[in-house]
Amino acid sequence: MSIKDQAAVVGVGATPYYKRGQSYPQSELEMACKATLLALEDAGLTINDLDGFAIYSYSCDPAQVASTLGVPEVRFAASLTSGGGGCAGALGLAAAAIHGGMANVCVTLMTLQQHKRRLGGSAVDGVLAYATMSEGGGAYGGSGIGPSVAFTANNGLLSPGHSFSLLTKRHMHQYGTKREHMAEVVMSSRENAIRRPLTALNRKPLTIDDYFNARMISDPLCLLDYTMESDGAVAVITVSAERARDLRQPPVYIMGSAHGGTGRWGPAIFRYFQAPDDEFASSGHRPVAKRVYEMAGITPGDVDVALLYDHFSPMVIMQLEDYGFCGIGEGGPFVADGNIRWGTGSIPVNTHGGNLSEAYIIGMTHVREAVEQLRGVAVNQVEDAEIALVTGGPASLPVSATLLRR
Amino acid sequence: MTDSSTATPNPFGELRQGVFPSILKDPHADETTQPFWDAAADGRLVATRCTNCGTFRIPPAPYCYACQHTDTEWVELPGTGTIYTFTIVRHPLAPDLAPTVPYASGVIELDGTQGAGARMICNIVDVDVETVQIGDRVEIVWERVSDTMSTPRVRPIGGPPGAGA
Ligand SMILES: [Zn+2]
Repeated sequence: MSIKDQAAVVGVGATPYYKRGQSYPQSELEMACKATLLALEDAGLTINDLDGFAIYSYSCDPAQVASTLGVPEVRFAASLTSGGGGCAGALGLAAAAIHGGMANVCVTLMTLQQHKRRLGGSAVDGVLAYATMSEGGGAYGGSGIGPSVAFTANNGLLSPGHSFSLLTKRHMHQYGTKREHMAEVVMSSRENAIRRPLTALNRKPLTIDDYFNARMISDPLCLLDYTMESDGAVAVITVSAERARDLRQPPVYIMGSAHGGTGRWGPAIFRYFQAPDDEFASSGHRPVAKRVYEMAGITPGDVDVALLYDHFSPMVIMQLEDYGFCGIGEGGPFVADGNIRWGTGSIPVNTHGGNLSEAYIIGMTHVREAVEQLRGVAVNQVEDAEIALVTGGPASLPVSATLLRR
Repeated sequence: MTDSSTATPNPFGELRQGVFPSILKDPHADETTQPFWDAAADGRLVATRCTNCGTFRIPPAPYCYACQHTDTEWVELPGTGTIYTFTIVRHPLAPDLAPTVPYASGVIELDGTQGAGARMICNIVDVDVETVQIGDRVEIVWERVSDTMSTPRVRPIGGPPGAGA
């Protein structure tokens, strides 16, 4: 028994995407409700049909959303653990809830406003607070500084960009990956974004010189290798495959979904960097890739478009390897050969512009684009796209992937 | 944006390019980590080793991830190692930290251990950051920051790479 082909995504809804902080004075709750209602409407359903929340990163409080919108009865409310790594996998959670008979209509959503906080800034803020605190105060939660904090607090590595620069540097060392390769990921995403005036937040033309002139943040990662910082909400609705056939939109079936990773990956990338040598310079996705392909019964060659979580450009290169589009260590030359370009490449990647150029709603923009590709209504439509791969992470466990088909 | 040259003292104290300040002044130790900091105060590096299978783990943890045993012994290590990976931080985490950049910090595989599982993450000091390479040999230097805490950093040493265990 598996969830293969048992459920389908039938509705997508989103607020506009905003630059960081600019969704204010809307609240995150308001945007979550807005996206949910739009997704239900897209599916031809109403709030009276909604009974499940299959989320990740504790993106919203289902109690609040259900109460605000007047959901008649919530029958399922669960989140994948940890952060953005779970986004694609939350569709699998929805499919499992539906196939297991626990819910009928599930929403998966992210809502994000970075008005008074910045993602990735918590450790930095903590540093500042700790350095300036008076006796008794505390940066890590009052007096609750755990005994392991002292093993990392004073080393100068406290932000996600620092973590991913360490993985990238090791990948460059082991495999000869170059900054030119990362630049190609960035420029390919930007080209895709430029053709999407309705959603993409950064459509400024970009040359290789622009890339090499960009401010270096955490060497080897420059400003353009980092995700944008955005606000907004995106929601999708999942129902059983049977019910999907009678709804407004063509069903996008969940062929397979997996989340997790090896135990020793753990929280490694943000704290202890203890992943084994054969996994360190990777996206952490290899075991998830194996399981998602097995469940779907397909191979990488069957995938028509890949929406790969791109909070940092080299993580696209590592995922291309870990999802089998090229050999391990060959991701750099693979992108340099034009393989991820829309229209000409062997596996178009992030046709929406990705987190690097469209918007960063912690992975849900990738889910939305996969659905639009398989409905045949994408702006940068991949001709005859039948199967899409969506991923979440690398991040702390779980990382995740879902394969969708039309 | 604060200007460190004005009268307002920098909350991080005296800063030097290449050195990330010891922002934590106390290890907040419990009985599982106190021996590490006691040895650090003497300028020695110690780590917990599984008495069942010999796997080192840093920081101390309640179970051996290799064999799930709980018993450990403290073992003194030579305090040398090899840079496994690193980054050069060129943009400060906060405006007040601007005088520290660029600084290099990296993951160190320690001599006398199995490597992964017992790596340490350290600021790499006393070096021209532009010359740092993966595989460089380093040794730990301790910065005494308070009566209870000494921060480990590493600096380059001579000798061939991989001369450790
Ligand atoms: Zn053991």
